[in-house]
Amino acid sequence: MTRPHVKFIDRLARLLPQIVVAPGFAAILYFVYGFILWTGYISLTKSKMLPNYNLIGTRPYERLFQMDRWSVAIENLFIFGFLFVFVSVVVGCLLAVLLDQKIRAEGFIRTIYLYPMAISFIITGTAWKWIMNPSLGLEKVIRDWGWESFRFGWTVDNNLAIYALVMAAVWQASGFAMALFLSALRSVDQDIIKAASLDGASPWRIYLRIILPSMRPVFMSAMVILSHLAIKSFDLVVALTGGGPGYASTLPANFMYEMTFRRNEIAVGAASAMVMLATVAAIMVPYLYSELRGKKHV
Amino acid sequence: MKTFARALCSAVSLVAITAAAPALAEPKAEVLHYWTSGGEAKAVQALQEAFVARGGKWVDAPVAGGGGDAQAAVLRARVLAGDPPAAVQIKGPNIQEWAEAGALGDLSAVAAAQDWDKVLPEAIQNIVKYEGKYVAVPVNVHRVDWIWANPEVLARVGAGVPTTWEEFNETADKLQAAGIIPLAHGGQPWQDATVFETVVLGIGGTDFYRKALVELDMDALASDTMVEVFDQMRKMRGYVDPDFPGRDWNLATAMVMRGEAAMQIMGDWAKGEFAAAGKVAGVDYICASTPSDNGYLLNSDSFAMFNVKGDDNEAGQELLAELILGTEFQETFNLFKGSIPARTDVARDNFDDCAIKSMTDMVSAAEGGTLLGSMAHEIAQSGAVRGAFIDVATAHFNSDMSSQDAVAQLVKAIELAQ
Repeated sequence: MTRPHVKFIDRLARLLPQIVVAPGFAAILYFVYGFILWTGYISLTKSKMLPNYNLIGTRPYERLFQMDRWSVAIENLFIFGFLFVFVSVVVGCLLAVLLDQKIRAEGFIRTIYLYPMAISFIITGTAWKWIMNPSLGLEKVIRDWGWESFRFGWTVDNNLAIYALVMAAVWQASGFAMALFLSALRSVDQDIIKAASLDGASPWRIYLRIILPSMRPVFMSAMVILSHLAIKSFDLVVALTGGGPGYASTLPANFMYEMTFRRNEIAVGAASAMVMLATVAAIMVPYLYSELRGKKHV
Repeated sequence: MKTFARALCSAVSLVAITAAAPALAEPKAEVLHYWTSGGEAKAVQALQEAFVARGGKWVDAPVAGGGGDAQAAVLRARVLAGDPPAAVQIKGPNIQEWAEAGALGDLSAVAAAQDWDKVLPEAIQNIVKYEGKYVAVPVNVHRVDWIWANPEVLARVGAGVPTTWEEFNETADKLQAAGIIPLAHGGQPWQDATVFETVVLGIGGTDFYRKALVELDMDALASDTMVEVFDQMRKMRGYVDPDFPGRDWNLATAMVMRGEAAMQIMGDWAKGEFAAAGKVAGVDYICASTPSDNGYLLNSDSFAMFNVKGDDNEAGQELLAELILGTEFQETFNLFKGSIPARTDVARDNFDDCAIKSMTDMVSAAEGGTLLGSMAHEIAQSGAVRGAFIDVATAHFNSDMSSQDAVAQLVKAIELAQ
């Protein structure tokens, strides 16, 4: 009489993790993946102001790729993405190495470098917009101090606006990269380092040849997180340059918003969202594959 | 027998009550709008008070966000959910799009009773009618093609407000030589588009404007006249100061007020800035139309009436429509907002000189067939087509693109957007 009873409780206990996760999983399945499919469907219809479920094929994609505004946005995404990730990682790594030298007030300095991450991108964008304003910001200050030909008005320059975005974003995120690298540095095996310095290696070589290579997983994580920040960038553009001058510093997320909500072009907006998804997948899928493959070996 | 009598009594009284219900319907209106700041909020308040005074129940649904983006999202969600508000503030071709989607109601009864066809210029009727029937009621008319000039600054180079584009260029050259910024401009896409369309109107003429920007005639868009337009835009680019990208329009107006710049090309909402700063028309600033052949670019706000069920809702919509286009409200609202009435027969005594000039010009433009909708402000075009014009205008203004390239891009973009 007791045996079937125990069996049921047992099964319930074993399935408990799945049961607890199930509602969240179902919600994600519906709201994230279900709506990705919906967006994909809509991107093949002639939806303009309201969703229209009549399929017309790939015309929205054809229109998308012929728009100058979109090619500028995608080009900007690559420039911004690569520069932002690369410079953030380098700066973060450098700061982490310097902070690792057992200096005084390390906690205080570390907090200062990490502070920008706590600010929203809107604030960062607005502050840097003022700094880079030719008649209000840094350019005016330096010129008043005597250097008449100093120029720092990147936000008003057609060709430099995207680099203004990079600068503001790097300022915000390099502290975060630094925190990641610092914790990784701290967990490096001290015995190897002692052995290396006994062998006569200079600190420089120890870092380059031993410590940094052993931090490869953390580099990968940092790059993935920073890439996703870069692709998501919308509010920074709105606050810093408004997409301008003209649309020289617009990013795909801004393009999608403009098309879908301002120009009543839902199909084109959906198409741009699917292309953004494809870009993200192109980065994430190989990374996930290599991670999972690595786990199998372990 | 008693119970039967009672039942009969209650049944009859029930029928009597429900039959009498329509006659007792209290007009109710839920109004969705984005006039949430300053003079605009006061103007909506005036409408609310008039509505309540006539026994109506007003349910306010304001959505803050200057250009109406947030409101558009709310509206779309509500219509898709089957719960549209009774009256919504919508502009230009968007009214046509909603009517095409079958979401708007019919205002023909009120229009006939109040004789709207007689008091509204045809250009405005076309905005609020769908297939010949009224679906929305216009509230005001803003004129877009104004030059706001500082007479004292112009006097420094011995010039007046230009009346032709050649004069404009000459005056601007003189101002630049004297170290004054000729044109105060804010580098935002809609402002670039505003200057662009006044140049199209001026250089090409009203017929060219109609063919190119309203009817989207490809020959007009690819013509040499359009190349000339972009040539003039290139000159205008030389007349603005280097700090212009991203500047807000009211900061550019402030530059004219302070005497840093001589002129600004902007719609009549700039008048509100001058008034708020205590400046006097004709003395501290001059309002003049941009050089053109009696053209008038209009921007108009309307309230579109959505398909709502229920007698009280329908009664509310009718009352609202009647009030909005009534002479009393037209005067009060537009005094608060700084625009001019959509009706042509409102008394002019309380309006300032610039408004009176605007009203006179509107009537003469309507008679001459030169009353045109603004593209930059979503009357002549909206959505993707307007976006295409703005993209090319702003890209050309902010780079060193040649006029031929700009025209080629414009043709391609407009074809793509349709």
